[in-house]
Amino acid sequence: MRVPLSWLREYVDLPATETGRDVQTELVAAGLEVETVEQLGAGLKGPLVVGEVLTIEELEGFKKPIRFCTVDVGGANGTGEPQEIVCGARNFAVGDKVVVVLPGAVLPGDFAIAARKTYGKTSHGMICSGDELGMGDSAGWGAGGIIVLPPEHEAGTDAIALLELVDEVLDIAVTPDRGYCLSMRGVARETAIAYGLPLRDPALLDVPAPNAYGHPVKIADPRGCDRFTARTVTGLDLEARSPIWLRRRLQKAGMRPISLAVDITNYVMLELGQPLHAYDRTRLEGPIGVRRAQQGEKITTLDGVARVLDAQDLVITDDRGPIGLAGVMGGENTEITDSATTAAHPETGEAQGTTEVVIEAAHFDAISIARTARRHKLPSEAAKRFERGTDPQATAAAAQRTVDLLVLLAGGSAEAGVTEVYAPSAPHTIAMPADHPDRVAGVTYGRETVVRRLQQIGCDAYGQDELVVTVPSWRPDLVAPNDLAEEVIRLEGYENLPSTLPTPPSGRGLTERQRLHRRVGRALAGAGYVEALNYPFTGPAVLDALGLPADDERRRTVTLVNPLSDEEPALRTTLLPGLITALRRNDGRGSHDLALFETGLVFLPTGEETVPVRLPVDRRPTDEEVAALDTALPRQPRHAAVVLAGGRERAGWWGKGTPAVWADAVEAARTVAREAGVELTVRSGRYEPWHPGRCAELSVRIDGEETPVGHAGELHPRTVKALGLPERTCAMEIDLDLLERASAGVPRAPRISTYPVATQDVALVVPADVPAAEVERALHDGAGELLESLRLFDVFTGEQIGAGHKSLAYALRFRAPDRTLTVDEATAARDAAVAQAAELTGAVLRGA
Amino acid sequence: MSAPNKSYDPVEVEALKPEEIERMRDEALAAFAAAGDLDALAHAKTAHTSGTSPLALANREIGALPPQAKAEAGKRVGQARGAVSKALAARQSELEAERDARVLVEEAVDVTLPYDRVPAGARHPLTTFMERVTDVFVAMGYEVAEGPEAEVEWFNFDALNFVPDHPARQMQDTFFVQGPEGTTGDESGVVLRTHTSPVQARSLLARELPVYVVCPGRVYRTDELDATHTPVFHQIELIAVDEGLTMADLKGTLDHMVRALFGPDMKTRLRPNFFPFTEPSAEMDMVCYVCRGASVGNPDRPCRTCGSEGWIELGGCGMVNPKVLTACGVDPKKYSGFAFGFGIERMLMFRHNVEDMRDMVEGDVRFTRPFGMEI
Repeated sequence: MRVPLSWLREYVDLPATETGRDVQTELVAAGLEVETVEQLGAGLKGPLVVGEVLTIEELEGFKKPIRFCTVDVGGANGTGEPQEIVCGARNFAVGDKVVVVLPGAVLPGDFAIAARKTYGKTSHGMICSGDELGMGDSAGWGAGGIIVLPPEHEAGTDAIALLELVDEVLDIAVTPDRGYCLSMRGVARETAIAYGLPLRDPALLDVPAPNAYGHPVKIADPRGCDRFTARTVTGLDLEARSPIWLRRRLQKAGMRPISLAVDITNYVMLELGQPLHAYDRTRLEGPIGVRRAQQGEKITTLDGVARVLDAQDLVITDDRGPIGLAGVMGGENTEITDSATTAAHPETGEAQGTTEVVIEAAHFDAISIARTARRHKLPSEAAKRFERGTDPQATAAAAQRTVDLLVLLAGGSAEAGVTEVYAPSAPHTIAMPADHPDRVAGVTYGRETVVRRLQQIGCDAYGQDELVVTVPSWRPDLVAPNDLAEEVIRLEGYENLPSTLPTPPSGRGLTERQRLHRRVGRALAGAGYVEALNYPFTGPAVLDALGLPADDERRRTVTLVNPLSDEEPALRTTLLPGLITALRRNDGRGSHDLALFETGLVFLPTGEETVPVRLPVDRRPTDEEVAALDTALPRQPRHAAVVLAGGRERAGWWGKGTPAVWADAVEAARTVAREAGVELTVRSGRYEPWHPGRCAELSVRIDGEETPVGHAGELHPRTVKALGLPERTCAMEIDLDLLERASAGVPRAPRISTYPVATQDVALVVPADVPAAEVERALHDGAGELLESLRLFDVFTGEQIGAGHKSLAYALRFRAPDRTLTVDEATAARDAAVAQAAELTGAVLRGA
Repeated sequence: MSAPNKSYDPVEVEALKPEEIERMRDEALAAFAAAGDLDALAHAKTAHTSGTSPLALANREIGALPPQAKAEAGKRVGQARGAVSKALAARQSELEAERDARVLVEEAVDVTLPYDRVPAGARHPLTTFMERVTDVFVAMGYEVAEGPEAEVEWFNFDALNFVPDHPARQMQDTFFVQGPEGTTGDESGVVLRTHTSPVQARSLLARELPVYVVCPGRVYRTDELDATHTPVFHQIELIAVDEGLTMADLKGTLDHMVRALFGPDMKTRLRPNFFPFTEPSAEMDMVCYVCRGASVGNPDRPCRTCGSEGWIELGGCGMVNPKVLTACGVDPKKYSGFAFGFGIERMLMFRHNVEDMRDMVEGDVRFTRPFGMEI
């Protein structure tokens, strides 16, 4: 809502020194979000005067038509002689009154005016357009750019005052609960309260009593429309135009002047918050009706769009059918016109247009209007107000105000008939303990203050300790005691609330799960990975590039109805696409040694999603109802993933670097598992998008069951190529929720022996395809309890070993808890380990 | 070996003459002093202290002296040998010190050499800042609650008093999830949560009263990514429901938070606003972290962060709407509560001078690395 300060002063006697900024501060404190205060005409300096065009000489030989004019500016130029001005615009004629800026003046935007030579003439000033004066476009002032004023203004009159060019406009973002502030009346009320000044309520008008002679109105749906006022004005002067003040107020409020009758209805809407509609009475057939549309019924609205109606749309009808989308937009078939927009009568040459109007001022159901506006994508000014709730008691006054202005400005005469159809309703009351605002705020205001504040906003409050509060008709948002508490507290000033700290019961800190998530992040960052937080949007193209088979579970995605991009309509089932995109972006920006990680949710359809029942909100849902709601949701486990490429260790003065390899990815998985206190089982696996020979399948034991939790290794060369990744890019992805479930819990302290260690090295030759993990497991099992640790320190292949074989060299450390081991004991344990490896994996002691 | 000759004639033994012994001693001392390194000193040591050195040989001759001369000669030789071994030790340690000093000099390295062998990793500042905010409340006794990001509308809207067709429901530009077969449009009843507030409702349903929880997390709105918007962003939500909680408690909690996060001289301001799930509702501002209010009315020192307003908008808050309590089975006659929620991106932007939202989204390692492990 744009509120010109000059207009606001009409209802509240603000001190003359009060600036827009001052008012902004007060209104912000009262809860109106005044986003900006626009300074109209800032920097504007005269002389800017009314001029009468005396002569026009068309200058030839230029690229565009140019006119050399003489203009009478009265005494404003000091000489009284005609002013010579060159002008490029053409929408004025000799005798027209225009706005002239003279040398020495400054227009908004620091545009200094001086006499200057142009097109072979000297131009002593300028004939102005609306844009140049900071008024917005010239619409409503003469099509084509230059402002053409009504003829009654005398040459030489100061145009700054005439056009009210200097003003301040408060732009207020009105929250959905304060629909009444979509009007000057509402903002004025808040201003009056904030300043403690009286309000001149523009809705306090003498309204004639309803009678039976007005235009007939039949309401078939009193829930959709509980009030309808209709008034008729006839004898409108087709030549009458909106006066300057009216046009200027509309412009400052952000609306375009259109025609007098339309301007008046818009003006009254801005003033009182009541949307109005004017029908051309001669185009109405029969009584006005209000009903729901029939499914498929059609209407062409004022914007020229043919619309197919829904059975829920509320429509205004006459005998022919719909003539308006109630509360949203009128129909073309009853549109009012004026002589400026209608061609003169072809035979008589008489001006044509609307001379008789029926004014509608109604109250519609907010939700119905909201739905219709949304359904037809018609967020009109009227709909904006109705869907926030208008003042049902204001219809008669708004209709009266419209009638008055039509009489005053358009020369019309009001018909005596006054139609008023309404469903009687009791005013809304709220029972509230008088100290309720105190208890909400934590401040003792006292009953007197509470009652006074409620009265200021238009409530009636009765009672002592228990108040019965009748809320004003323009505040449909006030329905519960807390709503009233807010009114009291905001008017007493949020800034005056004290600051106290409640004492929560002692908390238990983070859960194990939350700690784990933090630890995983720290551990990966500690290992050199940089966290990226990627969007979870994905699409089939990237899943294709990953080489996922058609039946891959990760292709079963949750999809969005309204994705931002048609290429990415789905939610991720794997973290890899996002990480790969980030990797590629970094690589493209010149960072080539990359290690990235992400932890986040993936979205996995269960395939058994239900459509949730819309549960009530007036009671606690049962546990079963909540559980049923949750079946509508996909599974959303938390994953951790890494991608890496380029060098893992850089080369430098210390020696060579090492590239990022599959083993780094597997180690990242171990790093994550370690934080969960889980031992990871690593096997050779095949899973897209990994290299079939360089893919580790990761699993853990959960409740005794071997459970796959993820994969790690080098990406498939095909994927690397398809996605344009650095060669040998590696990746890992693991399910953190499963790791958490596999967590062994509290670790137990080992017993530390202080006896000396006995080390034994063995080199075992095995077929190349025997996994080292199996050999290690066999050695472990065979060595018995004396084995403290074993470590693979070398892998060797070569002629000495024989084709198809590899040699694995292990360092075994033995130690007893209670004695120093003899060489024989250590050797015996080693031999037992080797024997087990030989039996289970075919290992042969090298050199044996 | 000849026995002492008691009737030994007094003979002059040349080598035991005092001047001779002095000479031997001086020669030894000179040789040590002349030894330029430990090898030369070892040679001199052999020459002057071994069993075949002049002083050792002279010592052997003492036996040949008559008894009355032995003592004096023995004393003389002994003193000389003492002086020699002392000088040797002194020179030895002197030369060792010299050697050590030289070796350490030779072993010196350029300690300014870089050693960026494995580039440092880092956590995303949004993650670590969210943890930091969370920890402020955990320290006060709050617990951390979590919820799904794909959420049923009932939790995201209905339970929070966003009635169907309420304008506020349309204001949150919502991603709708496609429903199961046979449904169209937004009929699935599932959305990407538009705020962390559904966790409020979930917490009230799942926990015993009183409830004091914070809910950090990811939320979604259908905004295109630009310098100040992102469709995927982060919020932190707080809800406290207990007997007798007031707006003053809300204000105190906010004040505590901004002081803990931004410094002891920080404070907040509440402005009336509207949110369906709180009543009364407020917008919370804090003193501008960058200019601390100094830019207000001071055109020479404009502040881009707060637009020279002196305050920065943090987010929405208020007293939990009794309708929300009712929908979650909490008796609003007995309990009251407060809640607030704000965007992490925005706070990070002014706390760390981030200029462009896209920097936080794109995952460029050059942006994230400097933030390290915690902020």
